[in-house]
Amino acid sequence: MPILLRCHKGIGPAVIGGALVAADNFSASYDLDRVRGIFSRPTHKLAGESFVARILVLDNAKGGVATAWMLHEMAARAIVPRALIFNRVNPILAQGAAFGNVALVDRFDGDVTQLFRTGDELRVDPAGGTVEILNRDH
Amino acid sequence: MRLSDEERAMLAGEFGEVRRWAIAHQVGVGEFFDAADFVAVSQAHIMADTESLGEAGVRFLERLAAAPENERRARVPTITDPQGIDFAIYRRLGQSDWMAALERRAINALRAFGVLMTDTCINYQTTMAPVRGDHVAYGDTGVVIYSNSLLGARSNFEGGPSALGAALTGRTPRYGYHLEQCRCGTRRFRLKETPRDFSEWGAVGGIVGEACGSYWQVPLIEGVEAIPGADDLKHLGTAMASFGSVALFHMPGITPDAAVLAASSAEPTGIGREDIDAFVARYAAAGDKLDVVVFGAPQLSLFEIERVAQALDGRQVHPDTTVLVTTSPEIKHAADRMGLTQRIEAAGAVVAQGICFYQSYAREMAEANGWTRLMTNSAKLVNIIGGYGYRPSLASLKRCVDSAIAGRVI
Repeated sequence: MPILLRCHKGIGPAVIGGALVAADNFSASYDLDRVRGIFSRPTHKLAGESFVARILVLDNAKGGVATAWMLHEMAARAIVPRALIFNRVNPILAQGAAFGNVALVDRFDGDVTQLFRTGDELRVDPAGGTVEILNRDH
Repeated sequence: MRLSDEERAMLAGEFGEVRRWAIAHQVGVGEFFDAADFVAVSQAHIMADTESLGEAGVRFLERLAAAPENERRARVPTITDPQGIDFAIYRRLGQSDWMAALERRAINALRAFGVLMTDTCINYQTTMAPVRGDHVAYGDTGVVIYSNSLLGARSNFEGGPSALGAALTGRTPRYGYHLEQCRCGTRRFRLKETPRDFSEWGAVGGIVGEACGSYWQVPLIEGVEAIPGADDLKHLGTAMASFGSVALFHMPGITPDAAVLAASSAEPTGIGREDIDAFVARYAAAGDKLDVVVFGAPQLSLFEIERVAQALDGRQVHPDTTVLVTTSPEIKHAADRMGLTQRIEAAGAVVAQGICFYQSYAREMAEANGWTRLMTNSAKLVNIIGGYGYRPSLASLKRCVDSAIAGRVI
C-alpha cells in the first residue's frame, strides 16, 4: 500500500520519479553545474550528484533570482530535475517552476527531508496537492 | 484569485497573447502563494542576463517581442538588472563572441517591450528609489531587501519572467511582503560589535541570513549604535538575501517600518567580534596565489569606486592578477568624468559597466583565464561563486588591494 502524503497545491505537471534527498537548501545558480547536470557547490550535501530527471527533496529555496529563468533553460536542454519537493520555497523557485513547467510542491505536515528517502519512487501530483511513495509502505 | 474585469479580459486574451501569457503566469504564482488579488505596481525591474536566460529564454523573449507594439509595451516604467556582457571589454575578460551575440538579441527583445536598459543592481542608488509604501516588482534580491527594509517599499523577489509579467500587466499578485502581516519581525538579533568595513557588514548579513534560512523569516537587528552608511547596509542586505533568501529586515531607529515582532520576544541572538571573525575565517586562504579580485555583487556606488581609486593610487596590480571593478553605466559615466576610472585603470585594474561578475558567465571566464582563487570584499559573492568553480576569499577592500598588488592572498 503506497504512502500518501498531502501538501499545499503545487505547480506543474504530475510526474513519477526517484527521490534524491538532503537536509540542505537550493538555488539553481548557486549550487548546480547546469551543463554537466550535477550539484557543483563543494559544500552542498549533494555535491557531485546528478540532478537530471531526479525528484529533488530539499529544505528551503535560497538566494538568487536567476533560478526563475534557469529552470526553463534547463528544461529546454532536458538537463533538469523531474520535480522539486521542499519544506517551503521562496517566490523565485515557484516563479521558475511555473515558467519552466517543472513540478513543484511544498508545505507538508512534517519535514520533507525526513518524510522522504533517497531512492523512494514518488508520484507527485501538484494539482491534487499529494505525493505518493510507491515502493515502500512504512 | 479575485480578478477585476480588466484582469479577466487580459486572461481571456482580449489584450493580446503577450499580456495573456503574463497574467496567466502571475495567476499561477499568485494561487501557489494564496494571493487574494493583484496589487498595482509603480515600477518593474527585470533580471535578464543571457547566462540565466540561455538560448531558450532569449527565444521566448523574441517571440513575445514580435507581437504588435500595443500588445507588448510595458505598462509601468521597467528597468533591468546587470547584463552578462560589457561590450567594451568582454574579450579582455575571456568572454566569447557568441555570448555577446546572444546578449545583443536579448537587449533588442527587451527594448521592444519599452524596457529601459539600466543594467544595474543598485537602482536605488542610481535610477529611482521607491518611497515608503510603494508597491514595486523588483528582480534582484539585493534590490528587494534594500528597498523593503531601508526605504519601506513593498516587493517580493520577482524573477525575470514574473518581473516581465508585472511590467506587461502593471500589477503583481498580492502575497508575501505586499501584505502588512508578513512584514513583522520574526527573529531578534543583537549586534555587539560594529562591523569595521563592507566585508564585515556582509559577514553580519551572512550570519543573520544563515540563521534565518528562509524567505519567510524577518530578522530584527538591535544594538546598532552608530548610523551605518548606505553602502554598509547595501552589503548587509545583499549578504542576508544571498545566504538566507531574506527579503526584509528591521533595524529599530534606522529602518522606516515599525519593528513589530510577530511572535514571542525571545532573547536575541548576539553577534560579536568572534562571530564576525569566524565567518570571515571560513574563506581564509593566506599565501595562496591570487588570480582575480572582484569589487562587485552588488555593483559599486560612486563612493565605493572612489575608495578603490584611493587604495590603488600610485600602485601597480601584479601581472598575474586581474582586478575587476563593476558598476552601473551611470556610475561608470560619472567615474569616467571625475577621473576615477583613469586612476583605477592606471594601476592595471579594469572598470566594467552594466555587469556584476557572477551573472557574466563566471564559469566560462574562469576556464578561459585559468582563474581559481578569487578575492572580494563582497560576502554575497563568496557565497555564490563557489558553485562556479572558484575558491573565494573574503577580506576588506584594503586587504583585497594589497593582495592584488602582491599577487597572493595577504
